[in-house]
Amino acid sequence: MTNTIADIEEADVILITGSNTTENHPVISSGVKRAVTQKGTQLIVVDPRRIRITRYADKWLRQNLGTDVAWINGLMHVIIKEGLHDKQFIEERTEGYDELEKMVDKFTPDFVEQITGIPAQELIDAARLYAGAERGCILYCMGITQHTTGTDNVKSLANLAMLCGNMGIAGGGVNPLRGQNNVQGACDMGGLPDVYSGYQKIIDEAARHRMAEAWGVETLPDQPGMKVTHMMPAAHDGTFKALYIIGENPLVSDPDVNHAEKCLDNLEFMVVQDIFLTETAQRADVVLPSACYAEKDGTFTNSERRVQRVRKAVEPPGEAWDDWKILCEIATRMGYAMAYDSSQQIMEEISKVTPSYAGINYERIAHEGLHWPCPTTEHPGTPILHGAQFTRGKGLFHAIDFIEPAEKTDAEYPLYLTTGRLLYQYHTGTMSMRTGGLNQIAPEAFVEISAPDARKFELEEGTLVNIASRRGTIQARIKISRKAVDGTVFIPFHFASAAANRLTNAALDPISGIPEYKVCAVKVSKAA
Amino acid sequence: MPSENSVLINGNRFSYKPGDTILEVAHRNSIDIPTLCYLKGTSPTGACRMCVVEVKGARSLVASCSAPVAPNMVVQTETPQVIEARRMVLQLLLSSGNHNCAVSGSTANNWTEFQLSVIKAEENTELCPVWGDCRLQDLAFRYQVTGERFEPTETAYEMETANPFILRDFSRCIQCGRCVQACNEVQVNQAIHFGYRGAATKIIAAGDRPYINSDCVFCGECVQACPVGALVEKDARYEARPWETQKVRTTCTYCGVGCQIYLHVKNNRVVKASGAEEAAPNFGSLCVKGRFGFDFIDSPDRLKTPLIKDNGTFREASWDEALDLVARKLGEIKAEHGADTIGFLTSARISNEENYIAQKFARAVVQTNNVDHCARL
Ligand code: SF4
Ligand code: SF4
Ligand code: SF4
Ligand code: FES
Repeated sequence: MTNTIADIEEADVILITGSNTTENHPVISSGVKRAVTQKGTQLIVVDPRRIRITRYADKWLRQNLGTDVAWINGLMHVIIKEGLHDKQFIEERTEGYDELEKMVDKFTPDFVEQITGIPAQELIDAARLYAGAERGCILYCMGITQHTTGTDNVKSLANLAMLCGNMGIAGGGVNPLRGQNNVQGACDMGGLPDVYSGYQKIIDEAARHRMAEAWGVETLPDQPGMKVTHMMPAAHDGTFKALYIIGENPLVSDPDVNHAEKCLDNLEFMVVQDIFLTETAQRADVVLPSACYAEKDGTFTNSERRVQRVRKAVEPPGEAWDDWKILCEIATRMGYAMAYDSSQQIMEEISKVTPSYAGINYERIAHEGLHWPCPTTEHPGTPILHGAQFTRGKGLFHAIDFIEPAEKTDAEYPLYLTTGRLLYQYHTGTMSMRTGGLNQIAPEAFVEISAPDARKFELEEGTLVNIASRRGTIQARIKISRKAVDGTVFIPFHFASAAANRLTNAALDPISGIPEYKVCAVKVSKAA
Repeated sequence: MPSENSVLINGNRFSYKPGDTILEVAHRNSIDIPTLCYLKGTSPTGACRMCVVEVKGARSLVASCSAPVAPNMVVQTETPQVIEARRMVLQLLLSSGNHNCAVSGSTANNWTEFQLSVIKAEENTELCPVWGDCRLQDLAFRYQVTGERFEPTETAYEMETANPFILRDFSRCIQCGRCVQACNEVQVNQAIHFGYRGAATKIIAAGDRPYINSDCVFCGECVQACPVGALVEKDARYEARPWETQKVRTTCTYCGVGCQIYLHVKNNRVVKASGAEEAAPNFGSLCVKGRFGFDFIDSPDRLKTPLIKDNGTFREASWDEALDLVARKLGEIKAEHGADTIGFLTSARISNEENYIAQKFARAVVQTNNVDHCARL
């Protein structure tokens, strides 16, 4: 997030898109609801489903799946045409505005209506509302990123925020809400193929030398590595031999699970380090037991870049170890002596080699976490990014055209499928399904469908159906819901027994490598 | 010196900001005024009258949580009249409902009868589940009152046990309304409100339905706000008395909000979780996963030893054997096919320290940049 969680309540207008906030980020949604009900903040929600937060919306736009660039360009078209953009901000702090203006020129409200299904007048009203705000805050989640055009969608939202001067101010910003608790930290720490901790680039020779020196090795590989979405097909081809997986369950979470299974089975060697014998771990050659969050010390970094403490409350079961200790032992056996006394000692090393974490240590965050960048131990942390200046100097507008989603419906697969999460379950369910109460309330997968569609396909509440895409078939029960929009069904992806990801499309965003979980074509029929 | 924006409390002069209540000024200056219904961050309801104070010139006692200060107001927070009023409030509350903790003060005979009736209602022989962690009990002790002064009143409503998380015990509800404020003004879930009238008053979800059939999303904000034993975590009930548990402050393991949470530990088991009220980003709020989703920690399915697959089935192995095997295989594959045929998936669920070590291992030890995680998925 460019801004903080508390900051959301400072906005005059909040725009939420691609985030089922009340179910996936409940505590943040409370902040939004407080702002709307107690401070008169206005709320725009752009989402095809009638999710709960739409109850609080002043404007709710229901776009066709996978048409985000179109409506965002449409908003910008209206804003520019009506002269509501922040000319001073654009002049002083950004580049590339002219190309943007040219690009959005054709996205007239009528043209956008044809693509997105959003009535022209509604688009105009929403544009006026957002642009009229002194402080406009944008919140988004996977509904924006999990598309073949995910990167385009994100850049488009940044365009919109810059166009209205909503960057670097309290109550503004473009704020992705992170799905899993330490996604931010995993990225910050260099859990990515092209960067070390703190986003220091692998291809930057100076950075490479610094890291090699800090780690006491002669050289480090100088080419970016493979993304997970490329490792899988390479495993399938046999050019990729071994995978070491820590705390992840790609056999439920990956797109096109049928294919992923074949890929993993083709590996020569697979190690899984986890707290449970997950669907993925079952296919491993070696499984190593690790401690869970309640059994270890460390830090997590939340969505607002706040580095916070994790503390050991109980002993791990049996012989489970801290994940870092397992890796250190293997490293040592491979001839690279690696040993630490504690996670605190590791944090000391992190702060030495990571400029954005340089000022962070356990003492400083004992009571309350700090936001990175925090370059020195005197620095108070950075709650709001891009304050006086963008990280790159000037904010760059990206002129982006609309591209259709990778898969479309047709006579054989007449419905769109979109996937997502439920309040009572978490990711692939390895933790939440082992908590009695959560499971009691949300025990199994279902297909959410609108009443008209149910009638059209002659399905009743509770009917067991086959849902098939071009890649696979699963079974689940019908749930007729006011949340659903005609022509689109929704399935939560948590459940391995009816893994929605047996259906989803592995088509990737060319830059982020994120698969298009949010759009694919399916057919639904009564199970025999 | 008297000045425009100052107020005299217990003989000391304090400044205030326009709009401050007497209670806010007092608390800011470490003057303790007891409260029951007041919930920080929400609009005061003035329901309990526990926080009354004497204001010079006022005809009756004033509820400090809802009374704004006026210029040069003179306030006394602990006069005999104030104390008597608070005692009365407490005595009334204690005589209504099953307050079977040490402060109820029944004589031996009465106590037995009373306790038997409570046992019948609860099928449990112990004292109130929150005893030792109850605002009403603390205040009764502070003001040295018992529940004997007034005739005990019966509770009209049965306990609600129909959901897996929260137990609603109307026999201990003092109708302070904090749960209603918490649900409507803090979490804004708008699931509960005051229902019926007079002696029949009850906190209800729409249509007086059980939580499980209502708009309730089991965030548990109401449980944390309840000053007595009327709303309790079902699993922790009678499991964990506050003096038996240790509270460990940590960060929630589920979503990216990163709520600050206390794990309550008894005999090496997490028995309860509560929100840390003193810290960002959640200031005490949690959702159902953070508050009730900790059973997995001591699930019997947890992996307890390393496993090695032989001919398609797993067998248990020692750490030494497993670590040796992994080190040897990775070394062999690297030697034979090259480091870039090996990949690492780190995790959005492990700590920063562990992610850092994982990429260091891949890059420095194995010498590959094939490091990624499934966070985008
Ligand atoms: S658990 Fe949460 S939603 Fe349910 S009644 Fe309590 S405060 Fe409201
Ligand atoms: S349930 Fe608890 S918080 Fe709610 S009114 Fe009763 S005593 Fe107060
Ligand atoms: S308590 Fe709920 S909202 Fe808070 S971090 Fe945990 S999962 Fe997220
Ligand atoms: S605390 Fe003021 S009336 Fe209850």
